[in-house]
Amino acid sequence: MATHDHDHEHPKSADEPAPGYYEIMETALRELLIDKKLIGPGEIRRQIEVLDSRTPALGAKVVARAWVDPEFRARLLANGRAVCESDFGISFYDDTQLIVLENTEKIHNVIVCTLCSCYPRPVLGLPPDWYKAKEYRARAVKEPRAVLSEFGTDIPEDVEVRISDSTAMVRYLVLPQRPAGTGNSTEEQLAALVTRDAMIGVVKVNLENRNTL
Amino acid sequence: MNSKMTSASPTNAKATRQIVKALGEEPAFKAGDRVRISVRYPVGHYRVPIYMRGKRGTVEKILKPAAINNEEEGFGRNAGSKGFYYRVAVPLTELWPGYAGPPQDRLVIEVFETWLERI
Repeated sequence: MATHDHDHEHPKSADEPAPGYYEIMETALRELLIDKKLIGPGEIRRQIEVLDSRTPALGAKVVARAWVDPEFRARLLANGRAVCESDFGISFYDDTQLIVLENTEKIHNVIVCTLCSCYPRPVLGLPPDWYKAKEYRARAVKEPRAVLSEFGTDIPEDVEVRISDSTAMVRYLVLPQRPAGTGNSTEEQLAALVTRDAMIGVVKVNLENRNTL
Repeated sequence: MNSKMTSASPTNAKATRQIVKALGEEPAFKAGDRVRISVRYPVGHYRVPIYMRGKRGTVEKILKPAAINNEEEGFGRNAGSKGFYYRVAVPLTELWPGYAGPPQDRLVIEVFETWLERI
């Protein structure tokens, strides 16, 4: 815990440690922006609401549709953002584009943002903590196969591991391979199989990895 | 310029020839071009990770439409500074000497045009 140069007592709570340097800076900046009337508290609350309304269930629906509808899949791969907007009403609230990366027998895609935490938030919501951790960010580009194997994913030597570092204006969504033995499943049943981690590319979709949400 | 279009409509072709595109309006690179990422160390906000500097790769795709240079955007300088980003693919064996995986493993990253050098 950081030392303080003021003398008042903080309430002792195991759940809530004293705010760190960056947390204090964020609070100060936010209060200043509100004070100067550049933004309002309602706008911040609204943006949190926007992000909370985005979950991996949205991405899963997109993936399942791509599995059952080849025409949709072709359009999705050509322009991810436009198709999410037109066919699912998923809005993108910023200038980022969405590129959907298709996994095949020969290519396994993984996404990372080495600089910070770029992530397809409009379709998946907030990224998991490990995605933002320095360890994942550094190792995913340097030894992707070792990282994948720690997620329990072993990619055969004759398959290309293609890591996409998302650093500027494009966000990526991995279109996983449809698992074998799902020929009779409905689009909804398929969507329930698609997990967040599969759309980041660190696991494959399989019948055991069923999404219980 | 598209030869099919010029032969089909000579009147339009004449008009089209008079249109001079501004610098930066058309992408400088195309898919398949070999490029090197510049070795530069700008002070301030940048979007090209250090590990990419000086590495050689291949343009995989031009990202359209042209977009704001995020490095300028970081300082609030947006107007008139749109340009092209490219998906540039680099083999992991080129990035990391001694890379243990197979030679086909690659990294693909979006890089703004001002960072690319033709090789």
